[in-house]
Amino acid sequence: MAEADGVRRRDFINIAAVSAAGVAGVGIVVPLVSQMSASADVLAASSTEIDISSIQPGQAIKAIFRKQPVFVRNLTPHEITEANKVDVSSLRDPQTLEERTKEGKENWLITMGVCTHLGCVPLGAGEGEPRGEFGGYFCPCHGSSYDTAARIRKGPAPKNLEVPDYAFTTDTVVKIG
Amino acid sequence: MSFPWAKEYKPSHPFMQWMDDRLPLPRLVYNSVGGGYPVPRNLNYFWNFGFLAALCLVLQIVTGIVMAMHYAANTQVAFDTVEQTVRDVNWGWMMRYAHANGASAFFVVIYVHIFRGFFYGSYKAPREMVWLLGVVIFLLMMATAFMGYVLPWGQMSFWGAKVITGLFGAIPFVGEPLQQWLLGGFAPDNAALNRFFSLHYLLPFVIVGVVILHIWALHIPGSSNPTGVEVKTESDTVPFYPYYVAKDGWAIGVFAILFCTALFFFPNALGHPDNYIPANPMSTPAHIVPEWYFWPFYAILRAFTQDFFFIPAKLMGVLAMFGAILVWFFLPWLDRSPVRSGSYRPLYRKFFFFGLIPAMAVLFYCGGAPAAEPYVMFSQIAALYYFAHFLIVIPIVSAIEKPDPLPFSITESVLGHDEGAQLRPAHGATEAVHGEA
Repeated sequence: MAEADGVRRRDFINIAAVSAAGVAGVGIVVPLVSQMSASADVLAASSTEIDISSIQPGQAIKAIFRKQPVFVRNLTPHEITEANKVDVSSLRDPQTLEERTKEGKENWLITMGVCTHLGCVPLGAGEGEPRGEFGGYFCPCHGSSYDTAARIRKGPAPKNLEVPDYAFTTDTVVKIG
Repeated sequence: MSFPWAKEYKPSHPFMQWMDDRLPLPRLVYNSVGGGYPVPRNLNYFWNFGFLAALCLVLQIVTGIVMAMHYAANTQVAFDTVEQTVRDVNWGWMMRYAHANGASAFFVVIYVHIFRGFFYGSYKAPREMVWLLGVVIFLLMMATAFMGYVLPWGQMSFWGAKVITGLFGAIPFVGEPLQQWLLGGFAPDNAALNRFFSLHYLLPFVIVGVVILHIWALHIPGSSNPTGVEVKTESDTVPFYPYYVAKDGWAIGVFAILFCTALFFFPNALGHPDNYIPANPMSTPAHIVPEWYFWPFYAILRAFTQDFFFIPAKLMGVLAMFGAILVWFFLPWLDRSPVRSGSYRPLYRKFFFFGLIPAMAVLFYCGGAPAAEPYVMFSQIAALYYFAHFLIVIPIVSAIEKPDPLPFSITESVLGHDEGAQLRPAHGATEAVHGEA
């Protein structure tokens, strides 16, 4: 009867065998690919607490968050005015300073110290480092300049410096991640 | 896979006859690089660079295996094990510098080899597969060299790894997960160093495999030559052994003198002092540069500073950088001229010497220069020409150019006359291409 339809027993066995081999192949590839992703110990070490009490207005520090630098800057009133003066719609990645800081803590600008171009550490957090023509951060690798709200203003970087998830646990301690 | 007049392998020793009946490996060698492979008699010195590239690959594998005996792929000790190899291991200094400078030598040789192909039209039918496999080898070389440079875990190693893996982060949607998958973390660290070491050890052997395919594909039509005229008769060829074995031997001598000069007198000239500072994820060097052989492509990456419609500048740069090499894959079909050699293509030759070569030179220079004006503007102009050369100039030139007359045969180009020319068919019956040219 099956023979009459032109479907032989051997055809079924062929399709079943090739399908089983295909499924097995995918099953083997999954662990081989997945083993390259971040391991559990890397994922576990993923939050940082920082004491910000000693950072004076105009100063910034570099801390480590997920093996990458994070910048904590205490903005001066002048820097805040500068940031608020900018027409947001003219920006490449439009955001206000308010959106990039916590309510009532507009002077605390906390961003990743990772240029959104190709991941270099921008200069400007350390004492005496160049801060670029917009007074924020300057990436020496490919010349991206960020303003006092760490927004991209010039150069190849597509985005503002990333603001990580963080919260003030007290007035002087920030928990990142 | 050869010409009818190729000499046949005839083992005389009984053992070799016994061997030939069971595993004809000596026959394969004889037919590939021995008396059984007829090669055009007119090859110039540019044809030595394929052999030199093979030599560099062997040099890198031998010195690399030695380096791996003394190296530990762990961020805590990687930098120190390389320094220990140089300072404490017997002859370690020589192995290390031979491996580092060997990479540079390999790229010098391969760039000459590639540009030989550009000028003499080596990529044209029936050798497209040879060319395509060659581009694959070049991509594998770049991946291998990049990962090798990360292993000493100095400042340039670390930041090079960060920037290059950051390129993948530019890909929309999947970029960031892909980057984390490649690195095994959020930034280059132990996981990345370990896998780079594993792959840096693996890829050279993959290259060996593709090189075997490259040579196999080459030996089907046989080597091209500076006139671009195909081999017609036996008088156009000489056997690979002894003629080109001797000539390649001479090339080894010249190469060895130059290589040893670099190795023993200027071992760090092509390196970067920042890579003698251990990797520090908190501090970027003031001026990140890749190794010199990546400069043209790095310059193209940095040439894109403005968003292009909806495509961000960063993604454009990444696409252009990879596109600069991927365009080579299409070259055999972009260049429609039936004449291979640039020696007989006056217009193509002008664009090659006064367009492509200067553009490449500018990109080389700007890739190593700081990311500031005027270098960015120079890179933009040179990158623009680079792409125009392949995508616009070559197709148009190959359509409108009137090539110079080709010699009837290789023999004629060498001796000024060819007895075989008397056998020439009546007015270009079968030789339309050469006849019209």
